[in-house]
Amino acid sequence: MSESTASQPAADKSSDTQTLEEFASREYEWGFVTDIEADSAPPGLNEEIIRFISAKKEEPEFMLEWRLKAYRQWLKMEDPTRRAPSERWAKVSYPDIDYQSVVYYSAPKKKELSSLDEVDPELLETYKKLGIPLEEQKMLAGVAVDAVFDSVSVATTFKDKLSELGIIFCSFSEAVKEHPELVKKYLGSVVPTTDNFFAALNSAVFTDGSFVYIPKGVRCPMELSTYFRINAANTGQFERTLIVADEGSYVSYLEGCTAPMRDENQLHAAVVELVALDNAQIKYSTVQNWYPGDENGVGGIYNFVTKRGACRGHHSKISWTQVETGSSITWKYPSCILQGDHSVGEFYSVAVTSKMQQADTGTKMIHIGDNTRSTIISKGISAQRGQNTYRGGVKIMKNAQNARNFTQCDSMLIGDRCGAHTFPYIEVRNPNGQVEHEASTSKIGEDQIFYCNQRGLSTEDAVGMIVNGFCKEVLAELPMEFAVEAQKLLGISLEGSVG
Amino acid sequence: MLNIENLQASVGDTQILRGINLQVNAGEIHAIMGPNGSGKSTMAQVLAGHEGYDVTGGSASFLGRDLLDMNPEERAREGLFLAFQYPVEIPGVNSTYFLRTGYNEMCKHRGQEELDAMDFLSLVREKLKLVEMDESFLKRSVNEGFSGGEKKRHEVLQMAVLEPRLAVLDETDSGLDIDALRVVANGVNALHSPEKAAIVVTHYQRLLEYIVPDYVHVLYKGRIVRSGGKELALELEEKGYDWVKDEAVGAAV
Ligand SMILES: Nc1ncnc2c1ncn2[C@@H]1O[C@H](COP(=O)(O)OP(=O)(O)OP(=O)(O)O)[C@@H](O)[C@H]1O
Ligand SMILES: [Mg+2]
Repeated sequence: MSESTASQPAADKSSDTQTLEEFASREYEWGFVTDIEADSAPPGLNEEIIRFISAKKEEPEFMLEWRLKAYRQWLKMEDPTRRAPSERWAKVSYPDIDYQSVVYYSAPKKKELSSLDEVDPELLETYKKLGIPLEEQKMLAGVAVDAVFDSVSVATTFKDKLSELGIIFCSFSEAVKEHPELVKKYLGSVVPTTDNFFAALNSAVFTDGSFVYIPKGVRCPMELSTYFRINAANTGQFERTLIVADEGSYVSYLEGCTAPMRDENQLHAAVVELVALDNAQIKYSTVQNWYPGDENGVGGIYNFVTKRGACRGHHSKISWTQVETGSSITWKYPSCILQGDHSVGEFYSVAVTSKMQQADTGTKMIHIGDNTRSTIISKGISAQRGQNTYRGGVKIMKNAQNARNFTQCDSMLIGDRCGAHTFPYIEVRNPNGQVEHEASTSKIGEDQIFYCNQRGLSTEDAVGMIVNGFCKEVLAELPMEFAVEAQKLLGISLEGSVG
Repeated sequence: MLNIENLQASVGDTQILRGINLQVNAGEIHAIMGPNGSGKSTMAQVLAGHEGYDVTGGSASFLGRDLLDMNPEERAREGLFLAFQYPVEIPGVNSTYFLRTGYNEMCKHRGQEELDAMDFLSLVREKLKLVEMDESFLKRSVNEGFSGGEKKRHEVLQMAVLEPRLAVLDETDSGLDIDALRVVANGVNALHSPEKAAIVVTHYQRLLEYIVPDYVHVLYKGRIVRSGGKELALELEEKGYDWVKDEAVGAAV
């Protein structure tokens, strides 16, 4: 393991830096809190609560057993947030989380506003900046949707089309009831309940999420969740996603939303499992923009996610693309287990930390099959007092012949109080494995900004443009429509943070 | 158009501009010459509003407005253009997109209609001919991997697109081969008009054969120590800077 760290002490703040920091200190103006009248479980966690959740969701017996087993394992596991800082894997620090004060079940009841006029104008301004169509703005802001754009009917047409092809795309709860054999077969097969503390917790208490199954030889004709992203945004703090691509199939799945999201639940611990069989391909794209907390990090979301894909079949491929701008603490390593010969894993990531945000993200690529290949492109941007850590593991097992990895890991610093850190862990057990690692750290140049200013661009636009240029290779991997929004989002999240 | 009085500027504790006086009227071309390190680029950067320099005294007005009071983008939008001596690279940012964003900012500022991607492309294509640049540059990132000469042409291209009222060219001729020099000079001349003005910083009389200045000024140790007509450039070419330096020293005593 090698560590390279680039950060600067707060000494000698130039006037430029100050302007830039003022710029960065803009409030998160778009967060809003909806009153959710919910019939909830009492706070705390015990077997009774888990039975309550399972009963509420009318789950079959196997599901309840699975949850209880996970819960019992969780009880025996050590909470990584309580480890001494020196023993923590992730380079983030956080206050203790009291798991007994968390409410693990509350059925959301959406309170509808009657028109956009009732919505916080600043929120609408952001939607506009992001270029979100009017009708979608209404759905996002919780306004009753009129007949012109009936989400239910759109969803229905969409679903009909998918079911003609035999594609299953539904909520996780529905899948448990309608397709128990598939759920039983694949749930926990990539991320076992014992994998880590948060994965175990999620397994015990998850309330919903998405399930996707693409049958043999089917190419899913649309980006999944484009139409559903708004609804999917409401699946709660313990989300569970399972995507299975059968032989020769293809699917592109979008998660998250560029629109800012605020959540009462501070702790988010999602689990995502992907399974690609022979010749199948899964493209999973995420844009995450949860509330980052205020300048002192107060009130932000803790995002502890376990995401893993198994390239089980030969010539299968899994690509993770993520643009992470939100949350106060992010801890996430979307990974690929390259079991099938000739399988391919990819990870493209942009992580932005500003204010007091901390991100510790990266990926693990585990090469097991012959001729497996992986590519890692990570772009970390730190501003204000943000701390951004890339942590990547590349492992080439003894029997993996001719495995190859390429890693490129670039950091950009904005201002002089932030930090960027890189921890590549490389383990090559087969002599013909090839691993290449490139890393760079740069400061956003005053001269670049001045050059843009001289051509008439405001500093805000200049920063947005320079940052987007820096992230270009990653943004290029996002589906077109998402990419445009993500670009704007990067500009907005860094408004005010140049130094 | 531009009126600079006793302008002084420093970086940290080091004073670089020690009282510049210069008046530029519409229709005029001024050449600024002077030995390395005399403050020519500093003057250009200060006029454009670079925040790395502290203006410690004097004043500058542009089109009747206090230039020093405006931020860099306002100055640009008001029609002040600086062709940089060392244009920076902006990796990953498409040249055309970059330029169109700036162009549209200026349109907004003037209350004119902004151009969409297609219309802007036709505009840029026209201007490309003027500087004899290949269209492939439009697809590249701003200045990234451009040769020295290409960067300079690219500066002139941007100037041609933005049509500034006052163009300050900082050694746009340095590092150019003889053909490029002609192209750049033609570009500058083609854009010149009675409503516009230019300040051309150069080390070479050669450029001034193509861009004929109304005035030539010699900057030395942060002051304009001598001004004259275009013959002054010839004289400098012949005698070097020593005699102006001597005179300046003499005058200072
Ligand atoms: N940012 C800076 N920090 C420190 N010194 C500076 C800075 N900018 C300029 N200087 C100094 O000020 C003096 C004038 O520099 P400037 O670049 O203006 O000269 P110039 O006349 O353009 O020279 P050349 O003909 O070589 O381009 C030089 O001594 C230079 O080192
Ligand atoms: Mg110079």
